[in-house]
Amino acid sequence: MISSRRNSLSQWNADQRLAPLLALLAAGAALILLLVVGFLIHEAWPVLNAGGWQRFFADDNWYPLEGRFGLLSMVWATFAAAFGAVLLAVPLGLAGAIFQCFYAPPAIAKLYRSVLALLAGIPSVVYGLWGLTVLVPLVAHWQPLGTSLLSAILILALMILPTVTLTSATALGAVPKSLLNGAAALGLTQKGTILGVTVPAARNGILSGILLATVRALGETMAVLMVAGNVVQNPTSLFEPVRVLTANIALEMAYATGTHRAGLFASGLLLTSLVLLLAWLAARVTDNLRHV
Amino acid sequence: MSDRAFTHAIWGAALLVACTFFWLLGDLIWRGVPHLSWQFFISAPSNAGRAGGIAPILVSTLLILAVAMAAAIPLGLGAAVWLAEYAQHKVALGRAVRLSLDVLAGVPSIVFGLFGNAFFSMFLGLGFSILSGGLTLACMILPIFIRTSEAGLSSIGADWRQSAAALGMTRATALWHILLRAAAPSIVAGFILGMGRATAETAALIFTSGYVDRMPGSLSDSGRSLAVHIYDLSMNVTGGDAAAYASALVLVLLIVAINSSAFALSDRWMTRRITLS
Repeated sequence: MISSRRNSLSQWNADQRLAPLLALLAAGAALILLLVVGFLIHEAWPVLNAGGWQRFFADDNWYPLEGRFGLLSMVWATFAAAFGAVLLAVPLGLAGAIFQCFYAPPAIAKLYRSVLALLAGIPSVVYGLWGLTVLVPLVAHWQPLGTSLLSAILILALMILPTVTLTSATALGAVPKSLLNGAAALGLTQKGTILGVTVPAARNGILSGILLATVRALGETMAVLMVAGNVVQNPTSLFEPVRVLTANIALEMAYATGTHRAGLFASGLLLTSLVLLLAWLAARVTDNLRHV
Repeated sequence: MSDRAFTHAIWGAALLVACTFFWLLGDLIWRGVPHLSWQFFISAPSNAGRAGGIAPILVSTLLILAVAMAAAIPLGLGAAVWLAEYAQHKVALGRAVRLSLDVLAGVPSIVFGLFGNAFFSMFLGLGFSILSGGLTLACMILPIFIRTSEAGLSSIGADWRQSAAALGMTRATALWHILLRAAAPSIVAGFILGMGRATAETAALIFTSGYVDRMPGSLSDSGRSLAVHIYDLSMNVTGGDAAAYASALVLVLLIVAINSSAFALSDRWMTRRITLS
């Protein structure tokens, strides 16, 4: 490191003060996480202390005013909506990425990419509005009610599709040209090259994009809240209304007090742990694949 | 599946996706434009938002964004500079800060709403106000802003720092006159990502900045953001769909305007940087 003796001309003084100041700012930014988790636990404490965390899974249903805090049916609904959406969005998103990288003429590929980038930035409440006024009546045409698990899955799939497509396209584009040349030299067809060489070579990027999309689907509130019907029950059919964890918090926070409010904070804690567990698994999976 | 069928399947899937999205964008324009007028931008909502305009809501939205940015930019930039330039001397602390930010980035927005309600509104006594809404959003967008800016600073070659030191610049001077400017495109990109997310946010704001649709008199007044307005119109107000679509169109245009203007700015910086080096 280059250093000089302090003298009246040098401004090392400023540097000496700058480093601790910046470290303080960085530590402050890091402390926000502790603050968030700390306040969630603090607010949830009345209910955690009174009945332990097991009651969230042992109680039969969510009747917070009667002291019954069963979250299981909402947890299942959350998973059903998120995984249904991922199941729909992954094949379509991957096909879109392949289209953009290998099939589309350059001008169309560029247009496709910019439309998707625009859609990735559209607020979830706008997706919810469109779902409520266009999609739900369509579903209701086919099966009564319309506000259902199916509507939630469709609107979530639409929301995460840009993420899946854009990350997969980036991963496909980063595959070395030499691999593609090798495949061509072996006489593989375009389909054979894509399915046999490019997609497997890009699997890390594709997989982390999918997991990112899953995390987004699990944590999404507004779009699901607006189309899912919000009845607390186990997701038994695609056409039944369900209530997911995030929607439950948004709906009941407005009037919740006492242990009811504490129960909502506890469900927020549960939701956060679910999402973080998934993110951690994602990091593990991509790390392991990298060593293969 | 033959090669030909595969090609058809790919084109079909891409076409399906494109049609769905043009359907959505088309509906947004088709249903939103008829309700739009100059009056819509400058008058207050009446009849629970079915009639009138969105003037106070636009003002609240911009104030919430301004608070979020005023809190996030100094804190975020400081943290990013420390992570990129100074953290190599404090490896453990640097790793802890990065991990904490990555975890924070995964926290769902409704949970930020819970936290903001408990901490800013109740604990700090800010109540339902533009201030608590903006600060909650600042916490939410910090991770992405810091990590993008840090990546930009780290990608500057060590020779720039060595040259600056050889010229006798202090680290502070080198940072201010060279490194921050060279990393400007990344910093702007992080800023845009954060702004976009903050503008689109609804769930974190319902219980922090509140529902009140009057013109805010100060930062401690409750103010309804555009996204919350759309939510309220479509869920709680029957017959509010036309106004909801018009507001949604305004919101999307606002986000597009923020994105494109910021990208144009960073393009200019980028070219200047390339001619410099």
